[in-house]
Amino acid sequence: MAGELGVVAVGFLAGIVSGMLGVGGGALFAPALVLFLGESQLHAEATSLVAIVPTALAGAWSQGRYGNLRLGEGVLLGSLALGGAAIGVALANVLAERPLRIIFAAFLLVVASQLVRRELRPAPERKGELT
Amino acid sequence: MRRTLQLAAVATAAGGFSGLFGVGGGIVIVPLLVLWLGYGQREATGTSLAAIVIIAAVSAGLHALYGNVDFGKGVLIGVPAVFGALIGTWLQQRVPVRWISLIFAAVLAAVAVELVV
Repeated sequence: MAGELGVVAVGFLAGIVSGMLGVGGGALFAPALVLFLGESQLHAEATSLVAIVPTALAGAWSQGRYGNLRLGEGVLLGSLALGGAAIGVALANVLAERPLRIIFAAFLLVVASQLVRRELRPAPERKGELT
Repeated sequence: MRRTLQLAAVATAAGGFSGLFGVGGGIVIVPLLVLWLGYGQREATGTSLAAIVIIAAVSAGLHALYGNVDFGKGVLIGVPAVFGALIGTWLQQRVPVRWISLIFAAVLAAVAVELVV
């Protein structure tokens, strides 16, 4: 029960982060399932995707109301992702637990460093961010 | 045509990250839309979220074929996240995100260590 509460809390906080930063919120779903509910990395990642769909939908709807959405190209991007997704899913399924966890952890570090770089960049380069 | 190819390249990379890591792929999409396709930061964020709805659904469907998906647990984490996302987007228009970014980066680094150690 404590594990489930932890998962709910992480879901809520990760949602806030994803709404505010626009990226990375889903990166916390899988670790929450691994660390709080003892799921395998593979099953946690797959289940995380189920949670991302409504979260991103709410975020997109909300951003759309602020006029920040190019729907046509968004849908095109989504539709063209099938091939890449098939490769990624196949790769996740052939990797063992330990290596999958290690490359996922490396991915988190890359996300973290990118967020830091984005914030430390001088203001003029941050295209459109201040509009 | 060139733009469609660029979008296809971005989409393929995002799809790969999504399937392999169980994420939406926004971390790939947003910077590429800004640097490569001339998007503003907020517009890239919104458009990326629309793409992620489809990408995550496709990846979840593919993972389900392998029997990896626990739908109930997905709902358990996804429903509170929806409320969080709505609050977060509202906050984004009103408060500086700088410190949130840096704190979140630190959390991600700590989680990475926790997963491996």
